[in-house]
Amino acid sequence: MTTMTSSLVRRSLGAFVIGSVLSATAFSAPASASETAGHYEVPRLEWTFGGLSGYFDKQQLRRGFKVYQTVCQACHNLAHLSYRNLTQPGGPELPKEEVEAYAAQKQVADGFNDAGEVNMRPAKLADLFVGPFKNDKEAAAALNGSVPPDLSLITKARSIERNIEWYAFPFIMLKDILTQYQEQGADYTHALLTGYTDPPADFNLLPGLSYNRVFPGHQIGMPQPLSDGMVEYDDGTPSTLDQQAKDVTAFLAWAAEPSLVERKKLGAWVLIYLIILAGLLYASKKLIWRNVKH
Amino acid sequence: MSHASSYEPKTSVTRWLDARLPIVRFIADFMVFPTPRNLNYLWTFGAILAFMLIAQIVTGVILAMHFAPNTALAFDSVEKIMRDVNYGWLMRYAHAVGASMFFLAVYIHMFRGIYYGSYKAPREVLWMIGVAIFLVMMATAFMGYSLIWGQMSFWAVTVITNLFSSLDTLYSGLGTTLVQWIWGGFSVDNATLNRLFSLHYLLPFVLVGLVVLHVWALHVVGSNNPTGVEVKNVEKETLPFYAYFTTKDLFALAAFGVIFAYFVFFTPNYLGDAVNYVPANPLLTPPHIVPEWYFLPFYAILRAVPSKLGGVLAMFGAIVVLFFVPWLDTSRVRSASYRPMFRWFFWAFVFSCLALGYLGAAPVTETSTMASQFFTFYYFAFFLIVMPVVGIYETPKPQPDSIADTFTHKSDDGSGRGARPVAAE
Repeated sequence: MTTMTSSLVRRSLGAFVIGSVLSATAFSAPASASETAGHYEVPRLEWTFGGLSGYFDKQQLRRGFKVYQTVCQACHNLAHLSYRNLTQPGGPELPKEEVEAYAAQKQVADGFNDAGEVNMRPAKLADLFVGPFKNDKEAAAALNGSVPPDLSLITKARSIERNIEWYAFPFIMLKDILTQYQEQGADYTHALLTGYTDPPADFNLLPGLSYNRVFPGHQIGMPQPLSDGMVEYDDGTPSTLDQQAKDVTAFLAWAAEPSLVERKKLGAWVLIYLIILAGLLYASKKLIWRNVKH
Repeated sequence: MSHASSYEPKTSVTRWLDARLPIVRFIADFMVFPTPRNLNYLWTFGAILAFMLIAQIVTGVILAMHFAPNTALAFDSVEKIMRDVNYGWLMRYAHAVGASMFFLAVYIHMFRGIYYGSYKAPREVLWMIGVAIFLVMMATAFMGYSLIWGQMSFWAVTVITNLFSSLDTLYSGLGTTLVQWIWGGFSVDNATLNRLFSLHYLLPFVLVGLVVLHVWALHVVGSNNPTGVEVKNVEKETLPFYAYFTTKDLFALAAFGVIFAYFVFFTPNYLGDAVNYVPANPLLTPPHIVPEWYFLPFYAILRAVPSKLGGVLAMFGAIVVLFFVPWLDTSRVRSASYRPMFRWFFWAFVFSCLALGYLGAAPVTETSTMASQFFTFYYFAFFLIVMPVVGIYETPKPQPDSIADTFTHKSDDGSGRGARPVAAE
């Protein structure tokens, strides 16, 4: 199935459900919650890794990895990722030599030398990512008391808050399931990275913190990390804030679940198999019961 | 409906074995077990549940080979399964989504039992074993969720184990002592995780034992059916289990499998909480502590009662009351198809359970608390008031004399509604 047809299916399915939902949501009093007191409704974006035939765009992951290298990795780690993952199919598929050189920038402990001291050696492909800090205490000491979260699961560990009236809830739930809305964390991450705005006039912002319209409580320890032209892309893609945020979010979504493509590909076959099996079993049942009054 | 054995060993070897361990006879009799012809597709959930239990055990045993029940390693070992174990992601998602599917099926199975009066004599023991299965399932699922050792795992364990401290109001120190005994220390820590893992591995096999009893009891009294009328003529009204009901159950299982697979492969995290992908942190409480969806109605009941001990009693009472259902329902008519009043109360009960589920996840406000109290009241009223009272005052619609009546005159008889097979899910 090509991506185009599947996204078409997705959209039309979505449109069908949205249609039925609209009548319900039309009654909710503050129609769009995005303007009400500080609440920003995170928009749902189109990601290549969404939907039935989701995949990761190699070029986008490479751009995202560049954003990570240039900006994020100064403070954040990807502790669940191994360097070798960067070379594996379905991901950024970077050349082995490039990743080896990237890994070798870091030192890892590997047993003890003959003098009984911890033996340090450059990281290899098989090693897990080495973070910028030895531990949370060191991070907090260096960063004004805040500990930057590990990013390897960030797109799965975040969801978006939505104001849903109770009567619309079953419809939204159904819509989320049918349109396979598993990208809330990605939407949140993108919205956070692009969510640095001036605080409202009456907002009491604590010193050292930044205002972010998406972050819970709106006061975030991380200063605005990305901005237009911050990262120079190798493939000529215009380096806007929005583009950087999308690219690094896609990279983090891949880092959170490198098996996603394999899962969706296998899933399509499993569904086809089960539907045919169910059809055959139904036919058998009909056949066996054909002369039975019941 | 225990039936006489029709198995006759044909070879000398099977005759020899039959005289010593009649296991072939047991299987053969199982296969020809007479089952009412008029069962609808709601009756296929028994087979679906049996499959789910086996699926959970198989995936669970594989996961346990790679899981490290240690507070320092548990979360990372789960991620290792997701990333580095061959098809580990499939095992883990199948197990996590499988728990949800197990509960989805068990709730449908239970509502079916209530609608068609499957708990009434002579099926009281069958029903009560079922309630015990439900209780053990809940304990097992809760413990399994805790093993991930994410933020929600950790805080769910903290909140639920702390419920026992409410016993301090009965006898000073009783609750605190009990909680520390459960924890194996003074906080939820490594000792707690270890015992949760041990019990999570043990309880599924207790479930298998209970399921054996459940099926045994079923084979003594026979299946209920949509009319609620007992089988009178085995020849005319039943069919052997094998071939007729195995194909029907297998078809339903495959259809259920489509939904299961859809969630596993395409929305594996929809039914879980994102916060549980954050490693457990005893120093940081998440803003909303919410259990998995299948516990939400009971969580709403817990929160609806203003006193802590009262809430705990109400929550456990909501399950304990199920044990008494066979004696709370005073109607002699089993199937709600012939109970015009009870039917409405039944659907109101289903609605209440769904509403409590919604409220269990909603942030606490004055309105949500009031709504929770209202639906909690109805939850208990359904069992304690509706079941005894409606049974006495209701005039049931005429039931068919026999199951056969519903299909022998099918063309000219529209009233046999329970007998018509409903469309597949």
